[in-house]
Amino acid sequence: MTELPVDLLAKSASTGMKEVFSTMLGLEVEPGPPQTQHDRLESFGGIMALVGIGGAWTGAGRLLISPKMACTLAGALLMSTFEGVDEEVLDAIGEIANMVVGGTKTILEEELGPLSLSIPTVIFGKNYSTHSGKVHDWLVLPFHCGGEQIELRFCLMPTHANARAGFQMEAQHI
Amino acid sequence: MLDVMIVDDSAAIRKILRRVLDQTDLVIDKVHEAGDGLEALELLKTNTVQLILCDINMPNMDGIELLQRLKAQEDLRSVPVMMVTTEGSQARVMQALELGAAGYVKKPFTAAQIKEKLTGLV
Repeated sequence: MTELPVDLLAKSASTGMKEVFSTMLGLEVEPGPPQTQHDRLESFGGIMALVGIGGAWTGAGRLLISPKMACTLAGALLMSTFEGVDEEVLDAIGEIANMVVGGTKTILEEELGPLSLSIPTVIFGKNYSTHSGKVHDWLVLPFHCGGEQIELRFCLMPTHANARAGFQMEAQHI
Repeated sequence: MLDVMIVDDSAAIRKILRRVLDQTDLVIDKVHEAGDGLEALELLKTNTVQLILCDINMPNMDGIELLQRLKAQEDLRSVPVMMVTTEGSQARVMQALELGAAGYVKKPFTAAQIKEKLTGLV
């Protein structure tokens, strides 16, 4: 497989998200319509948790939320109350992203082959930009939770060896 | 009375697992926390534990390597190690179990799942 299976990715990510929110946070999330967005330099604000994906396919998963939502989610995870974003909140959001991307990865592996995850990185700030080398498209998945929006983004591309194997398979069919 | 070690690079998960341990019937004297495999080995030089809850994906030394090191040490190989991790790939799970992990719980988890897995382990 050398084309990004968008439907599979959207379904897997939605399942992963719902599972983490219901099991660990006791919260419901409503998925919105997914869309594909070309990678471009754009400004972000708030909290972005990133988890890299490697293996047969390479890319990343990103969870984007507001500081207020971060405090709500960290509070639900740790059964505590947070008035502002601190190290404990950022650690909790990193772990939530890790579980969401990990759950998505586990479902995707059935179709895409073995994948691995990086350790999560969490960015918190105002008006920052990101750039991912050689990434063309992101699958953007909006979710609604308690009146706020949570955004999950994925980019995935076949690794060189996987793409070569795909081309060889296609060549054999000619 | 048991001494337990939680090995996970997330402070949030260590806190949640502490809370779950408090809800079990286990009589726990002390819970030691380590952020990775290297920290765990360092703590185990001066502390004796009867149970380890361990993540797989961690910086510096992951849970698989820690498990290998524990099973290679005469005084530590009998300590039950329960893997608690986002790692859902069958290959990694099998690797951990073949190395001697006492069990496996996938994140996200419920307190009931952890309690059930710990029943009869120590």
